[in-house]
Amino acid sequence: MAYNVYFEDVNVGDDLPGFKRRTDLMNWNRYAAINDEFIPIHMDDEAGRQGQNEQGAFGMGNLRTAYIHNMLRNWAGDEAEIREVGLQFRAINQKNDVLTTTGKIVEKYVEGDDHLVRIETNVVNQDGAGTAPGHAIVCLPSRG
Amino acid sequence: MTTQPETLVTQEMIDTRDKWSEPRQSWTVSASDIRRWAQGVYWPEVPPRLYWDEEYAKTTKWGGIIAPEEFNPFAFPLEGAYGQAAALAEVEGRPAPSTGTMGSGPGSNAMNGGQTIRYHAPIRPGDVISTTSALVDWNERQTRLGLTMFVTNETRWTNQNGELVCVKTQVSIRY
Repeated sequence: MAYNVYFEDVNVGDDLPGFKRRTDLMNWNRYAAINDEFIPIHMDDEAGRQGQNEQGAFGMGNLRTAYIHNMLRNWAGDEAEIREVGLQFRAINQKNDVLTTTGKIVEKYVEGDDHLVRIETNVVNQDGAGTAPGHAIVCLPSRG
Repeated sequence: MTTQPETLVTQEMIDTRDKWSEPRQSWTVSASDIRRWAQGVYWPEVPPRLYWDEEYAKTTKWGGIIAPEEFNPFAFPLEGAYGQAAALAEVEGRPAPSTGTMGSGPGSNAMNGGQTIRYHAPIRPGDVISTTSALVDWNERQTRLGLTMFVTNETRWTNQNGELVCVKTQVSIRY
C-alpha cells in the first residue's frame, strides 16, 4: 500500500513536488483521444488564431486540471482522498510550454474523523507565470 | 461607450433557475476506459497502479480500481458533434480579455470564471454515471468591463447506486 504521507508528518508551508510536462501537440492529442477534445482550436494553428490566440492552437484547460490531480495523487499516495479541486484559467497554455504544477499547504485541520489539508495550487509556465491559480482539499491518512 | 443596461439578467435565467436538467447517463465505465485515461494524463510516465492493477488496488482502502478523480465518463457520446466536456473546453483555457463573443453589446461576452469540483464516491469499473445540471445563482456588479454578471451553474453526478459522485460548480462571467 502506498502510504506516502501521513497527516501528522505535514506542516503548513510545506511545498508539494510539482508535476511537470512540456505540452506539445503529442500531449494534447493524447488528451483529446481520451476526453474527445478534438476541437480545432486545440489542434490547428489557423483555428487557434481565429480563436484570438495569435500563436495558434492552444491547450485544454481540462488537461491542466488533470496535472493538478496528478500532483496531488503522486504526493499523497493511494490511501489519500482528493476531496475538492478548484481553479481558474487566467492565462493560455501555448504549444511547447513547459508547465509545472505548484502546491503549498496553507491549512491543516480535523473534521470528525477526517484529517484534512488545504493546498494552494497553480500551474506555472516556463516564464514563471501562474496560468491557473486554485486550491485543493485532500484527506490524508492519520497515524491515529 | 454604449448605454449600460440596468441588469444583464434575462427572463430565461429567472425561469430556469434551480430547474435541473433531465438526467443523462454515461456508457458503462470499463477498466480499460480508466486505464487509458490514466495513461493519457500521466504519459510518458506509468500511471499509479491504483488506476489499472486490480490485484494491487484490492490491497488499498478502495478495495479495487478507481478512476482518477477528474475522469470524464461523458467524453464520447454517440450523438452530437462534441461531448459535454468538449463544449466546455471551447471557453476553457482562453485568456480572459480575448474570449470569444456570442454577439455584440453588453451581456453578450462570456468567459470561464473558474470551477470547483467536490468529490464524493469514486468512479469504478462497471459504474454508470448520471449527470444533471442547473443554473443555480448569479450576481452582478460593476467591474472594469462595465456591468458584469457572475453566473453559477452546478452539475451533479451520481452512480447507479444513487450515490453522489461529484458536484461541479462553474462560474461564467458575462459582460
